[in-house]
Amino acid sequence: MDIFLQQLINGLTLGSIYALVALGYTMVYGILGLINFAHGEVVMIGALSSLTVIQSLAGSGLPGPLVVLIGLVAAAMVCMLLGFAIERIAYRPLRNAPRLAPLITAIGVSIVLQQLAMLTWGRSYHSVPALLPSDTHEIFGASFTEVQVIIVVVAALTMAGLILLVNRTRLGRAMRATAENPGIAGLMGVDANRIISLTFVIGSALAALAGVLVSANYGIAHYNMGFILGLKAFTAAVLGGIGNLAGAMVGGVLLGIIEALGAGYIGDLTGGVLGSNYQDVFAFFVLIVVLIFRPSGLMGEKVAERA
Amino acid sequence: MKLPVKTMTIAIAAALIAVGCSKKEEAAPAAAPQPTAPPPLLVKLGHAAPLTGPQAHIGKDNENGAQMAVDDANAAGIVIAGRPLKIELQGEDDQADPKQGILVAQKLVDAKVNAVIGHLNSGTTIPASKIYSDAGIPQVSPSATNPTYTHQGFKTTFRVMANDEQQGRVLGAYAGNQLKAKTVAIVDDKTAYGEGLAGEFKKAAVVAGVKVVAEEHTDDKAVDFKAILTKIKGKKPDLIFYGGMDPQAAPMAMQMKQLGIKAKLLMGDGGCTSEFVKNAGDAADGHYCSLPGIPYDKMPGGPKFIERFKAKYGDIQLYAPYAYDGVMVVVDAIKRAQSADSAKILAELPKTDYQGVTTRIQFDDNGDLKDGAISLYVAKGGKWEALETIGGVAVPEPAAAPAAPAKPAEAAPAPAPAEKK
Repeated sequence: MDIFLQQLINGLTLGSIYALVALGYTMVYGILGLINFAHGEVVMIGALSSLTVIQSLAGSGLPGPLVVLIGLVAAAMVCMLLGFAIERIAYRPLRNAPRLAPLITAIGVSIVLQQLAMLTWGRSYHSVPALLPSDTHEIFGASFTEVQVIIVVVAALTMAGLILLVNRTRLGRAMRATAENPGIAGLMGVDANRIISLTFVIGSALAALAGVLVSANYGIAHYNMGFILGLKAFTAAVLGGIGNLAGAMVGGVLLGIIEALGAGYIGDLTGGVLGSNYQDVFAFFVLIVVLIFRPSGLMGEKVAERA
Repeated sequence: MKLPVKTMTIAIAAALIAVGCSKKEEAAPAAAPQPTAPPPLLVKLGHAAPLTGPQAHIGKDNENGAQMAVDDANAAGIVIAGRPLKIELQGEDDQADPKQGILVAQKLVDAKVNAVIGHLNSGTTIPASKIYSDAGIPQVSPSATNPTYTHQGFKTTFRVMANDEQQGRVLGAYAGNQLKAKTVAIVDDKTAYGEGLAGEFKKAAVVAGVKVVAEEHTDDKAVDFKAILTKIKGKKPDLIFYGGMDPQAAPMAMQMKQLGIKAKLLMGDGGCTSEFVKNAGDAADGHYCSLPGIPYDKMPGGPKFIERFKAKYGDIQLYAPYAYDGVMVVVDAIKRAQSADSAKILAELPKTDYQGVTTRIQFDDNGDLKDGAISLYVAKGGKWEALETIGGVAVPEPAAAPAAPAKPAEAAPAPAPAEKK
């Protein structure tokens, strides 16, 4: 039982990380119908730039969590600027181009960012100082760290905050209007370009937050860390229904738990025929099954409305 | 518009002819009156390793090692058949990806390199070796340790490091005899290197009386191992073996600590890096690893090499001294052949007897390093501390063990730890 509980905790943390990154994908998709493949790299830039700030402040005698907070604010600034620039340079000129074009510039931006990060921060792995409380606690024989709790709570709060933002504020209403039809929204006095820029900026700030938490959880940061994370988060977003904020959270947590339980129990369930190397196969199998019965994801809207 | 284009074409053609002529005119008289200053003999060496991706730091380290050897050889004023030797290194990025490895290999073949140093990973080295073999280009891998590489029947494959058959055997025996483990959980990263090493370890561990209680797999891009570690925790092994590289090993060690797993980690050369102890921090303490060869500071040319390398490129990551020796072995073969022709180098390589930075290098019939030593280390206070070295040139070669009649040189070190206790 303690093993099962431990796997659930593992899955929940992993899933919350996926969810946090997936929120960024889903926000941009919700407004533009565009998959921002560079989002994973923005997470990575967030992690590495916060690390630079944290390292330079490490000897200053400030309390750990405060240092992390300063690092987070700095990383958020860098990422917001970056998100703004990415949208301006790579996506806006292609707003009316066929849908494939921005997809390709997205991949291009992702590669450029990775290489830039490699040149800036080098090829080595960076160890992230453990400034957040990282004590291990036990509950019914399963252990968890305080960083894990922070990740789960932050992911849930962020999702709730975003839902409030989109459904309850003026900005949110403008976002929904732009998502429905940028042209008509413009006629109603909504500056669609500004709203889209803001969406990217908010999404990038979330990426910075995700980057800081991911690097704190694993204790390392590397210029290549955004790629797989982005891919998994994208999968989570699709699983939950891309474009739907609550769906990103549901998809992320579900994917994390499926992976953890898959890795933990496939071997025993199949009598050793399939091992833990099938954990991704298992996760994607679930994704395919969900998409067969609900093509727009678990909580997604019908695709026809958007097309 | 047509006319200028035509005119330009003609102009370019004329210029080309003129250049071509003048070159010939220059070359001819230059050679005749000054036979004392012959043109340098240009040798192109290819190098392939991951320069991007999770293992980029190890790949660049290899390239730096090779580059240093090339610079040294160029500065040494070597004369081959009356012409000064000038070596150029063409470094390529194989991304540690077998598919990319083949493309890079073809690129090096097309660039007509005289020999290749590389690749870094077994997974890229093995498929690439077919391409070099077909082109008749000698290949010296500094670090690909999967036995398959030299066992495919190719005449072009060499390596300057002991292979995994030997390393796995030493590790397996060490787990049972020295570490006194009763049970072990094995994790690998599904690469040719990781899976190969884990397989060899398993065989030897079972022979040494260790029971394998779990076999788990991850991949060479993963960072989260909690699920498999939790499963392993439930099986309560005395020891966890990991076949893979440091980008996974460091977070794995940290997550073991978080999950409260008391068992120690035992790793092969892929985890035996300064990055591992640096990144895993205090979670690294007490874990074990092995490295083919002898500890850097005990290598014949070790301390001097480390000093020079540090001054030029910073800390050694992992295999730089082996890449250095790889280049030097080829240079040595060129010297003996008095030619940089691939076929001539290939004829000389098997006869190599070269005192390198890492060890004395001689090859067996497969192109494997003869009498490769394996050293064991334990992590203590942010450093790898050498425990003991098993095998190597210093050990007299005993009669071939019956277990592996085909490879007597490698069979020797395996029973050594058993005899010691």
